[in-house]
Amino acid sequence: MTALAPAPRGTGGDRRSRGAPALSPAPAVRSLLRGLPTVPAVVLLVVFLAGPIAYCVYYAFTDMQLTGASGTHFVGFDNFTRALKDTDFLNAMWLTLVFVVGSAVVGQNTLGLALAVLMQKATRPVRALVNGVVIAAWVLPEVVAGYLMYAFFFNQGSLNSLLDALHLPDQNWLYTMPILAVCLANVWRGTAFSLMVFTAAINDVPQELVEAAEMDGAGPWQRLWRVVLPVIRPSILTNLMLITLQTLSVFGLIYTMTRGGPGNKSETLPIFMYQQAFQNSLIGYGTAIALVLLVVGALFSVVYIRLLKLEDD
Amino acid sequence: MRSRIVTAAAFTAATALAVTGCGSGSSGSSAKSIKVVYWQNLDSANKLQANFLASMVKEFTKANPGTKVTLVPVVASENDYYTKLQLMMRSPATAPDLVYEDTALINSDIAGGYLKPLDAYTAKWADWSQYAKAAKGAVTGASDGKTYAVPDDTDTRGIWYNKQLLQKAGIAVPWQPKTWADVIAAAKKIKAKLPGVTPLNLYTGQAGGEASSMQGFEMLLYGTPAGDKSLYDASQKKWVVGSQGFKDSLDFVHTVYSEGLGPSKEQALGANFGTTVGTELIPEGKLAIDIDGSWMPNNWSSAAAKPWKEWQSVMGTAAMPTQNGQAPGRTSMSGGWAWSIPAKAKNPDLAWKFLSTTLQTKTNAAKWNVTNANIAVRTDVASDPAYLNSVPTNKFFTELVADTHYRPGLPEYNQVSTAIQKAMESVTTGQASVDKAASTFDNDVKAAVGDDKTVEGTS
Repeated sequence: MTALAPAPRGTGGDRRSRGAPALSPAPAVRSLLRGLPTVPAVVLLVVFLAGPIAYCVYYAFTDMQLTGASGTHFVGFDNFTRALKDTDFLNAMWLTLVFVVGSAVVGQNTLGLALAVLMQKATRPVRALVNGVVIAAWVLPEVVAGYLMYAFFFNQGSLNSLLDALHLPDQNWLYTMPILAVCLANVWRGTAFSLMVFTAAINDVPQELVEAAEMDGAGPWQRLWRVVLPVIRPSILTNLMLITLQTLSVFGLIYTMTRGGPGNKSETLPIFMYQQAFQNSLIGYGTAIALVLLVVGALFSVVYIRLLKLEDD
Repeated sequence: MRSRIVTAAAFTAATALAVTGCGSGSSGSSAKSIKVVYWQNLDSANKLQANFLASMVKEFTKANPGTKVTLVPVVASENDYYTKLQLMMRSPATAPDLVYEDTALINSDIAGGYLKPLDAYTAKWADWSQYAKAAKGAVTGASDGKTYAVPDDTDTRGIWYNKQLLQKAGIAVPWQPKTWADVIAAAKKIKAKLPGVTPLNLYTGQAGGEASSMQGFEMLLYGTPAGDKSLYDASQKKWVVGSQGFKDSLDFVHTVYSEGLGPSKEQALGANFGTTVGTELIPEGKLAIDIDGSWMPNNWSSAAAKPWKEWQSVMGTAAMPTQNGQAPGRTSMSGGWAWSIPAKAKNPDLAWKFLSTTLQTKTNAAKWNVTNANIAVRTDVASDPAYLNSVPTNKFFTELVADTHYRPGLPEYNQVSTAIQKAMESVTTGQASVDKAASTFDNDVKAAVGDDKTVEGTS
């Protein structure tokens, strides 16, 4: 794999000369007819995607409950003002930021990049082994990964057995620093994605650029810092956007490892939302929190897109 | 051309209907079949109820040829079971015909409009007069006074202790603590004398769900001087906040876990700790004192996954003392489970027939109470010697009914209960001080029920 093959040329059919046959329908009708095959898909999207989303937005402004109240009333922004006064919500907001920045922006991103760079010079068997190990964690179902990580971190788990064998002090992070434990677990689980993105991106860096830098006396660090990274910057930003959105909505991993506990020390927004909606039966409040989560994701995306735009200018 | 558009539109509509399951003919139960939903807890080895219900279905279908009863166990933690049940009852397409619920939640589901009033049925049912008044009260709608369920058992709570371990620690048996301080003192003695044994188990935290609120916290709270008015003041119709009794109860929890008198915090806050206590810690002699329910022997009976015959000689029972030994000197909490018919059930008449002619005949009600080692709610069963002698501890736990308390039967209870679990968890982990946890509870309750429905506790 070196440079990309040229993109295929647009395959527009030969244009009709004007003065179409008299029998052809009027342009408006024609475009309608052309749209016809998409109608089933549009209907399905409206029924299954737009509908629920619209409902979700509506519920966020009501006091809907799963049980305990028969009627549902429109309450305006009550759910949102309640959230802002709710210390648990603010705690969840903070932990979500810690989790996203810690496990995605810093953890998965850096580790993925480091592995991709190191693997450039690795021999084939080493590369196959590392790829296999990293990707295995990624293809596991989230809940399975969660249980594995629980078995690794918990008091009598494999990490402590390892530490004992090395005569190092035990850890009890699931209990003392659960957010650190779930961050590490998420790094372990999600790094594969970044690794693949960066491997592909680095392979696309024109070899002659790197060689030219080498001729000019740039060391390996400088080559990475001044040549490779600037070239793959768009990939870094795209990758950041994708893993941020993925990490924002992580639920299964945290739920299986800690259930958001102990107390609320690992209660990120998705877990908090679940507890409000389904444990406390407050569907309205829960969906309001879901909307907030959506906004947080949108904010992150906007920042990344702005950075990408700067790239183009 | 036009006809093609029409055809496409019709096709589209048909597709949409087909995939959304709208239209006719998608219902799952005919006039001759009913769907019965019950909770199968995460301990999959515990098949007591599954087996009992299967035998009931056999009996019913034999007596009523052509009928079909489908049993739907929901395997989940207790909290998740209710969520699932409520979601099922929300829609006519998925509503079961008969559901099994803890009476603490009945009022929440009545207010949610999920359940069908049963007065028209009970009026024509001779057996209804046999049900104890308190049990009937637990299934009566708070707002309309109608009956919404048929209770099939009740329970009481007390102290289970391992006689051998207490004796080893130098505590005389039979043991009956007079105050909370006695309980703590005994636990401290055991901790000092018997390393490797957990002195005292008190359920705590959110993972334990209602077990934490009831066996753990309310066994303490209702034993404070405020007694029946410690959580909800029925005369003022207000929830009690900021009371000293609440803080004292939290302080007890804090003492147990901060001084290492309880199980390890990680264990206690785990999702399935209740099962571990009954099937492992107690039979293996690793736990000395357990504040728990009357149903514990069903972990050890011959029908259980791991029968433990020796329990009758090893385990002793004591009543939970009041805080300072004030009258009546002991306290207990009672709940119980009940059968309801969802408002959207397709076949309520057949469901009622199954309930009244099979599930809750005197013989079968007694059979269930014996099988599941719980306390009878029917007076004819409660006085039946076969039932009284079936489990040696039945008599002791049945007598606790005299000093027992019931949880407030109100829709908001569920949220208050969650707030209790949260407060317990934060003092268990040491994340918050007792005062801080108590004030968080106060705010949570005010947010859940409204400021105007709370009152400052006086004691």
